[in-house]
Amino acid sequence: MSFLTLANVNKSYGATRAVADMNLSVDKGEFVSLLGPSGCGKTTTLQMIAGFCEVTSGQVTLDGRDITHAKPNTRGLGIVFQSYALFPHMSVYDNVSFGLEMRRVPKEERAERVKAALALVHLEAHAGRYPRELSGGQRQRVALARALVITPPVLLLDEPLSNLDAKLREEMQFELRQIQRKVGTTTIMVTHDQTEAMSISDRVVVMEAGRVTQIDQPHRLYEHPQTRFISNFVGKANLLEGRVTAAGPWATVEVGGRVQLELEAPGVSEGDTVVLSLRPEKIRLLSQAQGRIGGTVKERFFLGSQWLYQVSTAAGQLAVVCPNDGTAPAEEGANVGLDWAAQQVRLLPGAQGVPA
Amino acid sequence: MSSAAAAPLPVRAAASRTPWLLSAPAFTLFACLLLVPLALTAVLSFQVFDHATGLKNSFTLAHYAAVLTDDYYHGIFWRTLWISALTTLICVLVGAPEAYVLSRMRSPWRSILLLVVLAPLLVSVVVRAFGWSMLLGPEGVVNQAMRALGLPSMRILYTEAAVVIALVHVMLPFMVIPVWTSLQKLDPGVEDAALSLQASHFTTLRRIIFPQVLPGILSGSLIVFGLSASAFAIPGLLGGRRLKMVATVVYDEYLHELNWPLGAAIALTLLLANLAIMLSYNSMLERSYKKSLG
Repeated sequence: MSFLTLANVNKSYGATRAVADMNLSVDKGEFVSLLGPSGCGKTTTLQMIAGFCEVTSGQVTLDGRDITHAKPNTRGLGIVFQSYALFPHMSVYDNVSFGLEMRRVPKEERAERVKAALALVHLEAHAGRYPRELSGGQRQRVALARALVITPPVLLLDEPLSNLDAKLREEMQFELRQIQRKVGTTTIMVTHDQTEAMSISDRVVVMEAGRVTQIDQPHRLYEHPQTRFISNFVGKANLLEGRVTAAGPWATVEVGGRVQLELEAPGVSEGDTVVLSLRPEKIRLLSQAQGRIGGTVKERFFLGSQWLYQVSTAAGQLAVVCPNDGTAPAEEGANVGLDWAAQQVRLLPGAQGVPA
Repeated sequence: MSSAAAAPLPVRAAASRTPWLLSAPAFTLFACLLLVPLALTAVLSFQVFDHATGLKNSFTLAHYAAVLTDDYYHGIFWRTLWISALTTLICVLVGAPEAYVLSRMRSPWRSILLLVVLAPLLVSVVVRAFGWSMLLGPEGVVNQAMRALGLPSMRILYTEAAVVIALVHVMLPFMVIPVWTSLQKLDPGVEDAALSLQASHFTTLRRIIFPQVLPGILSGSLIVFGLSASAFAIPGLLGGRRLKMVATVVYDEYLHELNWPLGAAIALTLLLANLAIMLSYNSMLERSYKKSLG
């Protein structure tokens, strides 16, 4: 029995459906991310779980209790808002203490729990400060402490890291995960940042135009994207359109009219138009006349830990990412060979029949 | 070389003059229309007045002594004070919730109703005062309604009640606008945050919203109190000849008694009293929220 369930949840604004037939089960202690571009309905979904947004149809169940139409102040969920929404006229201590006060927790216990929550986010020294005296990262921690101090059954995070600069965001990502592991609170995070979603979640829910398109563990999501959209949204991908020339457990697909690619694709039949996905880092750069196909380096970009090459081949332009191992990189204009393991070429389901 | 080195100096001098030049027109206007008349009034208030011969060019404190010792003036000052304070209180109680409700309304209604709130400002105070006197008079709509309900008719016109009612009506926009402005600055998530922490709607209002709009309420009450204490048309038209407030007394002294120095003394006393009350109120409230809101 899952802890939090969304069953056929819909949200309509007039004729537009912001969220359509959302089904999601979250287990206790799990960290789930709702990932998608802006306007995909992920925030609306979170708002419906929080109770700030009326569910048009469907059911939200928390720990066996139907909370579909419960008032937000009876759900007892911990929420970290995108703007943090700290109470500006209260000190950090009072901000964190507010939720406990509302639950009529006795004063001594309150002091203890606030102290523990502030220790969890490393802000013990700032209890007397006011939000405007804190940095963005510190405010974020206060918001987290305020949401966690009430020991909520579910923690909802609405784009919690989007207001932080890149370096801080990365640090907070890991800290958020550590804290979540430590306290074990079931967590749902809304984000549009795929690295963020993948690095800290147990499962990622990808949403597109109000619908869930894939729910999977980050690694599986990355390796086996279900749609063309996901393969490009989650990481980078070389998308190749081609025609099946030989079916079977291993199909042969002709790409760009000349190149034959073999891939594991049991479901296709001869003559189908298909889209294949090949991740840039799965391709190895070899010297000329080696590997599966040859090409010419059009451009190269130095990314610090990696080199990104744009290689023009008979199958079209392919992006190739190689680790920076300290050796001399391929020059622009150089002729190179490309190789990859056959099972790394993925057929995108649902993309069959797309005109090439 | 030397000319190039000297060049920045005049530029800097010009830059330092710019703020003065920019504020000169406003300052000139301010000086001509406010400071000079005020100074002249102050000078006037210390001049001797004789009913037979008029103004004399000699110094006296007699007018201030009269204002500060005469029970007649004490009564008028006291009435002005409590009527203004009551008006301010009612404006806070009506205007602050009104601004909150307005801020929570949806798009077309919000602007329409905000316009309704502000519309009274477009009508002359005199016209509005006459309107109220028609409503509140012995044969006015209010009394007709009372009689229709079998209640005894009341004397409202030419009482303090009429003055307070009309003053509240006139002053309400001056309370709604500053409160509205501070509500606009509020992070909408803050309310949701309080609700998610299991606060009731009332607690959210009292503990989260109210403290944050307090600066708006404070500036609103300062405006309302200041304008009410020096209001002239409303007490003049709805308070009648006998129910006097400070501004109407000043008018009487100037235009009926022709005792300009006494009128000037009363006016300056009102100005100082008003200033003292507003400054102390401001510093008192500001101390309480300054620490948290900065």
